[in-house]
Amino acid sequence: MTPRTEPFTAPAPLPGGAGDARRRELLQSVVEVARAIFGAAAGSVLLLDEERDELVFAAVSGEGEEFLVGRRFPAGSGIAGWVATSGEPVVVDDLTASRSFDRSVAESTEYVPDALMAAPLVSDGRVLGVLEVLDPSPQARSGLPELDLLALFARQAATALRVVSPDPPAALPPSRRADALRLLGSLEQLLRESA
Amino acid sequence: MGTTTTGAPPGTALTWSLRGRGPDDLPVVADPAVPDGPAEGAGRGVRVCVVDSGVERDHPLVGPLAGSWVVVKDEATGEAEVLPTTTGDTCGHGTACAGIIRRTAPECEITSVRVLGERFSGTGDVLLAGLRWAVDQEFDLINLSLSTTRTRFAHHLHELADRAYFARTVLVASAHNTPVESFPWRFASVLSVGSHQEDDPVHLYNPSPPVEFFAPGQNVTVPWLGGATIRTTGNSFATPYITGLSARLLSARPRMTPFQLKSALYLSAANVTLAPRHHLPAGEASDDSEN
Repeated sequence: MTPRTEPFTAPAPLPGGAGDARRRELLQSVVEVARAIFGAAAGSVLLLDEERDELVFAAVSGEGEEFLVGRRFPAGSGIAGWVATSGEPVVVDDLTASRSFDRSVAESTEYVPDALMAAPLVSDGRVLGVLEVLDPSPQARSGLPELDLLALFARQAATALRVVSPDPPAALPPSRRADALRLLGSLEQLLRESA
Repeated sequence: MGTTTTGAPPGTALTWSLRGRGPDDLPVVADPAVPDGPAEGAGRGVRVCVVDSGVERDHPLVGPLAGSWVVVKDEATGEAEVLPTTTGDTCGHGTACAGIIRRTAPECEITSVRVLGERFSGTGDVLLAGLRWAVDQEFDLINLSLSTTRTRFAHHLHELADRAYFARTVLVASAHNTPVESFPWRFASVLSVGSHQEDDPVHLYNPSPPVEFFAPGQNVTVPWLGGATIRTTGNSFATPYITGLSARLLSARPRMTPFQLKSALYLSAANVTLAPRHHLPAGEASDDSEN
């Protein structure tokens, strides 16, 4: 929510293979349930695209759901970026009193929250993204039990996400790829020589 | 001398054994004990490093910084280096942590190392580079509200945490509030911190770690971007309270080692009470199970 958003062009592909209807259904369900649990004005899932070094809105419920999905912003900034980096859930409140709460950013999403809860989507030792809840009801914000609940729910969501979209085979970085090709070449030569 | 050392310069050599040396060869000057528990100062003379999202310059609730640095990663070589910066805070979190430390130990010296904002650093290498720099600078305290879940960094972080411990640099690290394996807060050589729900500014000792201490982390008023103040909740806001408290203890007892600091925090925890002492005749063994 807080990070700077890029001008929207077109819904960009989600990391790990987009277009998966089950995944979209799951993520939409996650944000809707999170929003219902905390009586919030909005909820969103932001997935981490490590290759592009960005966080991307993958599902939104409530304020901004018509236009936010697909928007991207740098993964190293804002509260969502901090949560993705630290792996720590947080609640920030009274944000409207903060004149410079990334106001340009918040306004670019056409919604300026007063409070925000955010928890990392962690599964199998990996941070997959961030679950955010905007303007939860006053009874549901700022308490450690509520933050624990959000963190637990985010963890369950991350596990479900891994189940419906397992990792694609990891691509080798260029240096390792060159090493692998050299090794294959040497092996081929060795086999030809011994034949 | 019959000692085995690493060959480092005199005075800094690591002692591996004590062949031919006795107590007189290892003089250690300690702070005097005080009968009424650990004394506290205001943090004067204690150097604290906040490894986080940066700290806003000249925030009225933080004040001047002793230094502001950023970890920058070279995309071509993959090498990370630490450079001076004037960029401040990328999200507000580091400013919040620095403000809690300042409020708790007003006279301590605060330096910021930003490990967030250049690129996504959740993979751990930027965190590791920032932490290594802070340990090399021999800060008294390093506040770390970050961790990594990547196990490939665990060994490096463990080695770094132990090196800091023996060099009298105390790492104060946020624990996870759910059972997530991440590092370095899980290591015994760091001070790990979680949140409690008490309104009073007290800290608690956890007799069943891995989390060793709990501090106020709910509805905490903190400085934020633009000179503002907001309210926050999370373990990452409990951690700087323990850092500030440690700075107060160290300013009153500057010769404290990390294990003494842990003992002082243990003894001053709100949930730790001293059991009545049983007086037994000299030479008679005590059997606690019968007392």
